[in-house]
Amino acid sequence: MVERRIERTAGGEVALRLPPEEQTLLLGLAHELRSGLETAPDDPSLRRLFPPAYDEERDERAYRELAAEGLLDGRRQSLDVVARTVGQDRLSAEEADAWLRALNDLRLALGTRLDVQEDSLLDGLDPDDPAASGLAVYAYLSWLQEQLVEALSPAD
Amino acid sequence: MASTLAPAEVQLEQPRGADDFELDRPWIVIVWNDPINLMSYVTLVFQKLFGYSRAKATKLMLQVHNDGKAVVSSGTREKAEHDVSRLHAHGLWATMRQD
Repeated sequence: MVERRIERTAGGEVALRLPPEEQTLLLGLAHELRSGLETAPDDPSLRRLFPPAYDEERDERAYRELAAEGLLDGRRQSLDVVARTVGQDRLSAEEADAWLRALNDLRLALGTRLDVQEDSLLDGLDPDDPAASGLAVYAYLSWLQEQLVEALSPAD
Repeated sequence: MASTLAPAEVQLEQPRGADDFELDRPWIVIVWNDPINLMSYVTLVFQKLFGYSRAKATKLMLQVHNDGKAVVSSGTREKAEHDVSRLHAHGLWATMRQD
């Protein structure tokens, strides 16, 4: 069985153990999404990161004006935390929270681009599928995210 | 566990018209199902943002998963908008409307 990368320590901290090639992968993904948010925030795969709050257009516009910059900024910051801490062996509570949101943003952006459905990975990967490498990365991010969620979930 | 369903306290100092009551109708925050967010993640986000017990958060998550949506909080328009923006910050597909 593959060794876990993220787990809660006896002291309640979050331990992180990423092999160098996975650190490189995550750095690249964080960098790519960070630049996408700067240069192409209207890209369809990024639109999923900013869903509408209201049905009504005028209300929605007001919500955007109020919330959009803060939401974008939060996303940039959490990706920066991942890039900065990817080589650490411990994450503070604040850093772990940034990881939680950043990993999810990476999954949302990649999953939307690949048009992932709930059952997309149930049958495993078909190596002939042109989307196979993307789906493998998506599955990896999901695996990490599950470990982080488990490490952060309160017992009751 | 924090309760978010208590109606706002209202002082009735003078007779009010239908419009005033219209304004008092609570806003509800709805989370919609999507194929990407992990079930365990959605449960954790409900616990973290709303202080719900694991049991309540899991029940709401399953409602989203099985029924396609669930009302996860309610209150004034300001509170609902705050909750929606926090859900959006966590990548959940949340919308709001007056009940």
